Amino acid sequence: MSLDVLAFWAFAVVLVGAALAVVLSKNLFHSVLWLALALTGTAGIFLMLDAEFIAGVQVLLYAGGVVTVVVFAIVVTERLVGTKLSHTSRNVFRGALVATAFLLLVFRWITLTPLPLEKVAVTGDLTKAIGASVLTRYILPFELLAVILLVALLGASYFARPED
Amino acid sequence: MGLQAYLILSAVIFSIGLFGVMTRRNTVGILLGIELMLNAVNINLVAFARFNADVAGMVLTVFAICITVAEVSLGLALVILLFRTRRTALADHIDWLKG
Repeated sequence: MSLDVLAFWAFAVVLVGAALAVVLSKNLFHSVLWLALALTGTAGIFLMLDAEFIAGVQVLLYAGGVVTVVVFAIVVTERLVGTKLSHTSRNVFRGALVATAFLLLVFRWITLTPLPLEKVAVTGDLTKAIGASVLTRYILPFELLAVILLVALLGASYFARPED
Repeated sequence: MGLQAYLILSAVIFSIGLFGVMTRRNTVGILLGIELMLNAVNINLVAFARFNADVAGMVLTVFAICITVAEVSLGLALVILLFRTRRTALADHIDWLKG
């Protein structure tokens, strides 16, 4: 039990620290690298929730795919203008005010709602259960997702096509 | 750890992402903030799914992650397109529709 709590706090500290670095870093490239750390920390949280498959997807798609794409976009756009991208913040006070207000609102709701303290024991493999329900009950959204990915792929390559 | 701890962690991450979206001037920076917010939502989904032993939340998380990847690729393609036409990545400079 205590190991569980310790691991949760370690992941939480890494996650919140990396997230803060993402929004506060002065360098866009550093922001992206901090985002990679935050996404990997989230994969750790998923592991603590016995969702090994989601953690794997998170690392492969998010920390692997998204971060690579963002790094490529930064490199390409910086080459287009030949200068470093400016990466400053504005309205920091107003942003902090709104974010804190939102956090307090959600925090109040979370503390007022009775929530389970213990995980319900699961029998069998969660990954197997995910696979089974994706291909039975959720087959329609799954197929629609394939269409969305195709549309996004075509749209992205159309937008970013080389100038003629 | 109870469900409450996961929800609070997720709310903190979401607020940090919201702060990033509101304060960043660069469009790529805004996208990174959106990433953080979506990530917080995924933590919530998986936590609720695990504590209720219902696999639906995890299926939804897989879908959400895939849609996020599509969203990021499209968003970055738009950023590159903006760079080509306007030589800027600052959200304040994208005001063609301003009367």
